[in-house]
Amino acid sequence: MAVEGKTIDALSQFELAPALGPIGASVNFTQSNLFMLIAAGLILALMHYGMRPAAVVPGRFQALAETFHEFARNLVVEQVGPEGRRFFPFVFTLFMFILFGNMLGLLPFAFTFTSHIAVTFTLAMIVFVLITVVAISLHGKKFLGYFFPEGAPIWLAPIIIPVEIVSYLSRPVSLSIRLFANMVAGHVMLKVFATFIVLLGGLGAVGPFIAVLPLAVNVALVGFEVLVAFLQAYVFAILTCIYLHDAVHLH
Amino acid sequence: MEVAAAKALGAGIAVIALFGVGLGIGNIFSTLIATVGRNPAARDAVFPIGILGFALTEAVALFALLIAFLILFA
Repeated sequence: MAVEGKTIDALSQFELAPALGPIGASVNFTQSNLFMLIAAGLILALMHYGMRPAAVVPGRFQALAETFHEFARNLVVEQVGPEGRRFFPFVFTLFMFILFGNMLGLLPFAFTFTSHIAVTFTLAMIVFVLITVVAISLHGKKFLGYFFPEGAPIWLAPIIIPVEIVSYLSRPVSLSIRLFANMVAGHVMLKVFATFIVLLGGLGAVGPFIAVLPLAVNVALVGFEVLVAFLQAYVFAILTCIYLHDAVHLH
Repeated sequence: MEVAAAKALGAGIAVIALFGVGLGIGNIFSTLIATVGRNPAARDAVFPIGILGFALTEAVALFALLIAFLILFA
């Protein structure tokens, strides 16, 4: 993809580099870890300082904290049912962490830690292990009935059971790849159009005028990426809730 | 054939899946809009399902994109 010696380098933005100088380098503390800590700190600060006044008429931060809380609570109660309320802290934590990770990644010079499959797959595996443990502890041996729905003809068993097992095992894969690929695709797109601006700007006298076009596209894309950042956190949370529903009710 | 050319062709072929995904996502949202238009009261009940269908369909596109990236860069 070389244009007169200049290249579109879209993937180097995802490379990990040590953060916090020599101390960080000695313990392999990368900017990914740094932004995870920043996201966690921001969430804790929002929840702590937002809810400290605990006013009847909320201020700005309290309204924000309460909106997030209510949003996640409705999600859990609607998808899992009233008995799913004990999973609310888990879903809320997951939702906020992914949301803040996605949103932080949109700031200039920031790093999107959700653009690494190691991070998203870890989150998805936590969900997967949790739903399996919940299903087994609630239903015991009946959990195996999950892979063969009641009422299906017995001669279909050799087909249904492998299909159900594969679909169950592919849950963490699809959950993690969806989030990671969305983030990577969005940031690659932003970087490609940003490179177009630079390349077109260097094309003589008319270049800067044409370069306005990719700039406009990039502005629109940032807006779209904000939507995607929220949507992917929402989708991750709602899929977690649906899996929890399956684990609690078995179909 | 040169390896680089074959890689570029392969990556292009891998994203043909986007044809079906485009159809699918368009279908989901057209049905969602029609449903909300017919019965605006159903909006809250239907919207999460629509977004879920969108996410599941979009995953197919992203799998194809991932394969394209693997062919190009891995």
